[in-house]
Amino acid sequence: MTLTQATSPDRLPGGDEEAFVTTNKTVWQRLLANPTAMASIVMLAILTLSAVLAPLLAPGNPLRVSPADRFIPPGAEHFFGTDNLGRDMFKMVLHGGRTSLFVGLVVTAISMSIAVVLGAISGFYRQVDVVLMRLVDGLMAFPGIVLATAAAGIMGPSMTTVITSLSIVLIAPSLRVVRGQVLVIRELQMIEAARAVGVPTLRLFTRYILPAVSSPILVQASFIFSAAVLGEAGLSFIGVGIGPKELSWGNALTEARNYIAQAPWIVLFPGLALMLTILALNLLGDSLRDILDPRLARRR
Amino acid sequence: MLRYLGKRFLLILPTIFVPLILVFLLLRLSPGDPAGMMLGDQATAEQIAALRTQLGLDQPIFVQFLLWLKGIVTLDLGNSIFFREPVMQIIPRYAGVTILLTLVALTLAVLIGVSMGLISAMNRNKPIDRGVVTTAVLGISLPEFWFALLLIFLFAVTLRWFPVAGYNPPSAGIVAFAATIFMPAMALGVRQSALMTRMMRSSMLDVLNEPYITTARAQGLPESTVIGRYAMRTAAMPVITVAGLSAGYMLGGAVTIEIIFALPGLGRMLVEAVGRRDYPLVEGGVLTISLVLAVLNLAIDLIYAILDPRIRYQ
Repeated sequence: MTLTQATSPDRLPGGDEEAFVTTNKTVWQRLLANPTAMASIVMLAILTLSAVLAPLLAPGNPLRVSPADRFIPPGAEHFFGTDNLGRDMFKMVLHGGRTSLFVGLVVTAISMSIAVVLGAISGFYRQVDVVLMRLVDGLMAFPGIVLATAAAGIMGPSMTTVITSLSIVLIAPSLRVVRGQVLVIRELQMIEAARAVGVPTLRLFTRYILPAVSSPILVQASFIFSAAVLGEAGLSFIGVGIGPKELSWGNALTEARNYIAQAPWIVLFPGLALMLTILALNLLGDSLRDILDPRLARRR
Repeated sequence: MLRYLGKRFLLILPTIFVPLILVFLLLRLSPGDPAGMMLGDQATAEQIAALRTQLGLDQPIFVQFLLWLKGIVTLDLGNSIFFREPVMQIIPRYAGVTILLTLVALTLAVLIGVSMGLISAMNRNKPIDRGVVTTAVLGISLPEFWFALLLIFLFAVTLRWFPVAGYNPPSAGIVAFAATIFMPAMALGVRQSALMTRMMRSSMLDVLNEPYITTARAQGLPESTVIGRYAMRTAAMPVITVAGLSAGYMLGGAVTIEIIFALPGLGRMLVEAVGRRDYPLVEGGVLTISLVLAVLNLAIDLIYAILDPRIRYQ
């Protein structure tokens, strides 16, 4: 997803500089008017709330083993059934979401912040740009999950490892998007004017560039979020993720695959939660892009 | 064309070396002594020291880097700690499976993506178009390892068409091979086929609005010629770009899929090697994946240059 982000200068709406300065209010208003965006926001709100409120909605230790209750199908007592160790799947999914969403949030914050800083530097200083962009080429051509797997394996499975390796891998695509936007915006007359009156570079960046690139950053962030959630699940699934003592959707699926014939529900629910999250984030990213970039929207 | 090729070759270098250097640094700078970890708790100090010398770990990091670089250039990747044989002999055994899996998955993804995208674009805003678009959105959000489990449940557990896991090489017969590669390839290709469907649809819709298509139709050319000869060629360009990115993504995604379906591929080898702290093998695996990707990207660029003459002369 993140790799298909268009950043060519032809996205400039006819040199109209006002179009770059989109206030939060109008974006919100337009988001509220867009049914797909609303649906995805509602979905995300439900998923986030159920993760945050997991200790209230499904109290008790989700990892508590209860051998007498193995493989109970979904029903009134156990909404999502129980797994091979008699653990309640409803609890596992709700509590697992806490880890998955937390990792997604932190990875997005780290990688986007680094990408914004490096992207701005890259967009302004050609010498740095040449080196950084070759690094990005290298990082982007290589499958991130392999790099993250190697990193996680070497540093040992833990939440810190997952967050570190996913953040490194996901900086590259965001950096490219931010840099592309900065390159377009620095050529605008408002920047030239600001420079002419002697605005210092740092201030130029915080007051002029950053607001102008905030929309593409927002779009990119939602795709990075979804890539991070998916990445964590994949890494945890193959056992190089957050480690066996923690719980996440990917982790919950690791053992489930051995019991798919007896108890398909233990595979179904964690995966469904994962897919809904990614779907909601992708839909949000798509509709944000449509709202913020009407030229692209018309083609769909 | 030669100049273009030369430029492309130079651009490939970072894509090979950046991941390698990252892995090199990760291995060298991570806490703990690799030699000690490889030999386990029972190793004596002498044994660890001997292995450190053998691996060059007692040298300064810069010297280590040069030694390692020399190894890559001379194609001497050292011996696997676990298998006790040269990495260069182990890798080909696994690489073939991964490359085959990726190729089959890519073929499936392109076939599904291009045909669905085409059908969707030709029936714009009709129910079939909406159906395809919705399916594509769902497909993009489908985690491949979960989809793999669903495929196993449907085709292996319920219908019993294919074995749950395992691998038959093509030499065992095409039917036997297909039976073990179909589910992994589907699982690996599904997200990419959804991406390509969207790409193909939007690029086809763009092309169909071009004046030269109107001209071709006005001249009374049959619709099959207009679409097949005129529109497809232009519309395929972005899809080819996506195919290149997809192949890279699939080589990565193959890690999980190979583990689920117990395929003896590079990804599984890599995860196992990482688990065993078999560093020479890890580096060899990463190098192989980088090289395969570099070759693949070069091939995509060539296809591009052939389809669009303008690129050659830039």
